[in-house]
Amino acid sequence: MKKTSSVFTVVIFAFLYVPMIVLAVASFNTGTDISVFKSFTLNNYRELLRDNVLLPLLLNSVIVAVISSLFATVLGTAAALGIHSMGGRMRRMTMALTNIPLTNPEIVTGISLALVFVFVGQVMKIKSVMGFVTLLIAHITFNLPYVILSVLPKLRQMDDHLSEAAMDLGCTPSQAFFKVVLPEIMPGVISGALMAFTMSLDDFVISYFVYGPGFVTLPVEIYNYTKKPLQPKIYALFTFMFIIILLAMIIMNILQARDSRRGSRSLRRRSTNA
Amino acid sequence: MKNKLSSGPYLVWMTLFTVVPLVIVVYYAFTDSVTGRFTLGNVETVKNYIPIFLRSVWLALVSSLICLLLGYPVAWRIAQAGPKSQRLLYMLVMLPMCISFLLRTLAWVALLEDTGIINGFFIKLGLPPLPLIRTNGAVILGMVYNYLPYMIMPLYTVIMKIDRRLIEAAQDLGCGGAQVFAKVTLPLSVPGIISGVTMVFVPAVSTFYISQKLGNTGTTLIGDVIESQFKTAYNPNLGAALSLVLMIIVLACTALMNRFSGDDESVATV
Amino acid sequence: MSKELIRLADCCMAFDGEVVLNNINLYINDSEFLTLLGPSGCGKTTTLRIIGGFQKPTSGDVLFDGVRINDVPPHKRQVNTVFQRYALFPHLDVYDNIAFGLRLKKLPESETASRVRDMLALVGMKGFEERKIDSLSGGQMQRIAIARALVNRPKVLLLDEPLGALDLRLRKDMQNELKRIQQQMGITFIYVTHDQEEALTMSDTIVVMDHGRIQQIGKPEDIYNEPKNAFVADFIGESNILDGVMRADRLVEFLGRRFPCVDFGFDKDEPVDVVIRPEDIDIVAADSGHLCGSVTSVTFKGVHYDIIVDFHGFKWLIQTTDYHPVGANIGIRLEPEDIHIMKKSEYSGMFGDYSSYSAEYDEIGDAEADAAGEESENEE
Repeated sequence: MKKTSSVFTVVIFAFLYVPMIVLAVASFNTGTDISVFKSFTLNNYRELLRDNVLLPLLLNSVIVAVISSLFATVLGTAAALGIHSMGGRMRRMTMALTNIPLTNPEIVTGISLALVFVFVGQVMKIKSVMGFVTLLIAHITFNLPYVILSVLPKLRQMDDHLSEAAMDLGCTPSQAFFKVVLPEIMPGVISGALMAFTMSLDDFVISYFVYGPGFVTLPVEIYNYTKKPLQPKIYALFTFMFIIILLAMIIMNILQARDSRRGSRSLRRRSTNA
Repeated sequence: MKNKLSSGPYLVWMTLFTVVPLVIVVYYAFTDSVTGRFTLGNVETVKNYIPIFLRSVWLALVSSLICLLLGYPVAWRIAQAGPKSQRLLYMLVMLPMCISFLLRTLAWVALLEDTGIINGFFIKLGLPPLPLIRTNGAVILGMVYNYLPYMIMPLYTVIMKIDRRLIEAAQDLGCGGAQVFAKVTLPLSVPGIISGVTMVFVPAVSTFYISQKLGNTGTTLIGDVIESQFKTAYNPNLGAALSLVLMIIVLACTALMNRFSGDDESVATV
Repeated sequence: MSKELIRLADCCMAFDGEVVLNNINLYINDSEFLTLLGPSGCGKTTTLRIIGGFQKPTSGDVLFDGVRINDVPPHKRQVNTVFQRYALFPHLDVYDNIAFGLRLKKLPESETASRVRDMLALVGMKGFEERKIDSLSGGQMQRIAIARALVNRPKVLLLDEPLGALDLRLRKDMQNELKRIQQQMGITFIYVTHDQEEALTMSDTIVVMDHGRIQQIGKPEDIYNEPKNAFVADFIGESNILDGVMRADRLVEFLGRRFPCVDFGFDKDEPVDVVIRPEDIDIVAADSGHLCGSVTSVTFKGVHYDIIVDFHGFKWLIQTTDYHPVGANIGIRLEPEDIHIMKKSEYSGMFGDYSSYSAEYDEIGDAEADAAGEESENEE
């Protein structure tokens, strides 16, 4: 059973990574046709570095991702603290609210936000309402649930008496939070922030409905590109981004490993005596 | 007690940017695009799109099922691995999701095209090229490929959490390997199956890019129609009406799925 | 004596090079209630898991009815287990949990139903058929776990600290219950616990283990009255353990005085450990005792007082029903049968000195450490 599933797993992983390999190979191709590999070149990367369209767009994406994930992390962590101390109906209602952006199809989230922005624009007589601000609001909105869902379990693991103990020893409530609670839930906060960052960096569907011509992110531009003939430097950009995300994931992985090791260390020490 | 207040800004934000937008969708769905008055016209027009809705739901269901069949063994295998390799394998499942799904879909176009990589291979071997792209199969493949990680993640989480002692208890009571799976592992992974199917179904039923790239005019999905109402045909009122119906379909499907797993909870609280 | 059912021959077990079981030799008779007793990490759970088939010994043989079963998987053994924390299936109700094993044997549903009913009656849980597992209390889950195992009519029932998660009162009730069930079914119970009182109450035979080795096998009375070494003497009940020298058969010298005793067969002038149980000591007036000392602490225990008495710098624990104030000078008398002599062992000098005595003994701390340790023990 285990052997068969191992073979199967390898096949599925190959399936998951074949398109990546195609794109990575295409980034070193001299030809423009992705299906035909002519010869090896680094030209696409050189062109990418000289490019003054794609890189600024990437920068735009990063700006939106950083600001929206930071904002969502602060707002979301505060919200998680609140939700943690809620009970019964209040909690259920808040969690239902949190689940809306997660369970709604992205396209619905996108167009519903777009309609609100257009509506507000009409009321306030703003001509082109879509832009950086609308994009940022949309990104914060869909980032928030990810932060909350990764902070809440950490709060649940935490001993509720910790902050009481801190205050008993003389902390003010805010000191108790920063000195005791926050360090305890930090792994959840960080992984929530990283998740929000990657989600935001990669988002296309929602951004597509709320971006304005004045501020375009990379995924949106790639979509517009794919309607025209593709430039191979996009593949180079992809390969570059793949490496960035790989690094981000490795960092996340190490953080999680450290977190879980801290938790299981005492257990493991005992169980080796068994 | 005071902590509750700290979720205040969040509640305000979510009300403004998730509840209000949904209300606006309803508002648009029931107003005329020209006169701005109340109308049922948009909702009536939705009738014309029933075949497209049905196709979207059908393709999404087939993709969810394939994802389940492909994803379960993988999730099971990852859960059997040692703790270090578990983390690595899990990361490898997540990684493709972080790459622009537009580009990943484009890569499939390159693979499946009539003059693409796979057919190029066939021609070299002296085989006739196959019509791979612009078929229902290609759309399903695109969906399965893009959303498979969403299936594996919850399945893995659930399988991993199954208490080893339950497996041992089943062996102790006379279960062989296959029986342990059928009688304990599988029933206990139902919550993961439900959430995996939901997580694949929802984005699949509403996708609007995969079908444009991998399908043909006959495989237009409801997501494509909605997108065009906002981006090319510019009829946001019809778009809102279509979205409303899509939302109801998704809600109905998830509610249906949750009934399967929800039973446990409702009985447990008695 | 009834016939032998299970034998462990030279069983050793190592995880990652760490020796967990060291040369275990043990036989278990049919219809016996045998308890594996020891502190956490002593290897008792591992021994049980080897019998259950969940672990294979690194070396040595496991015999069942004279047949080697090292390689027989758990589901093919005529052995059932009551797991630590029960391991009941959360997706099934009480009835389906108990019927689980019978259905695998493809028994007709009518027979399954009657056997499940009988079992529910046996464990006193009639009428709970439809209940969900997570609506049960700890004691109820315990009973269902026992029923689920026994309904398969195993030749041997393995119980891995089954009462560990219950509170004291319930634990006492379940001890009697388990003993009753065992006698009623007439099958072998192999019971793992770190609670010496539990072991003494229920067992026909106790196997005391420490550091992966068997320290002593015997009837509860023998283990208590004639411990083989300082570890057993200290682990089972309270003991004052002193250094002594055997001057002749039935004559031992300690604290500078010779005492007649009942033990013999030692070399002349062989150093030995002398065990004196705190409840065996008779208190007399200071001038008429064998030894004379002063009381340094008194603790009321309900039935008796625990008093610590200083004899020439060596502190003894004595249990007495009469009150003696701190500072009082008292004498004690030791009859030959109050004195038990043990050979010197690796444990000599490690136990039985009450110089750092605290009123709660160290039971509470021990019990907690054990409970936590046992949990992780099973995670291997």
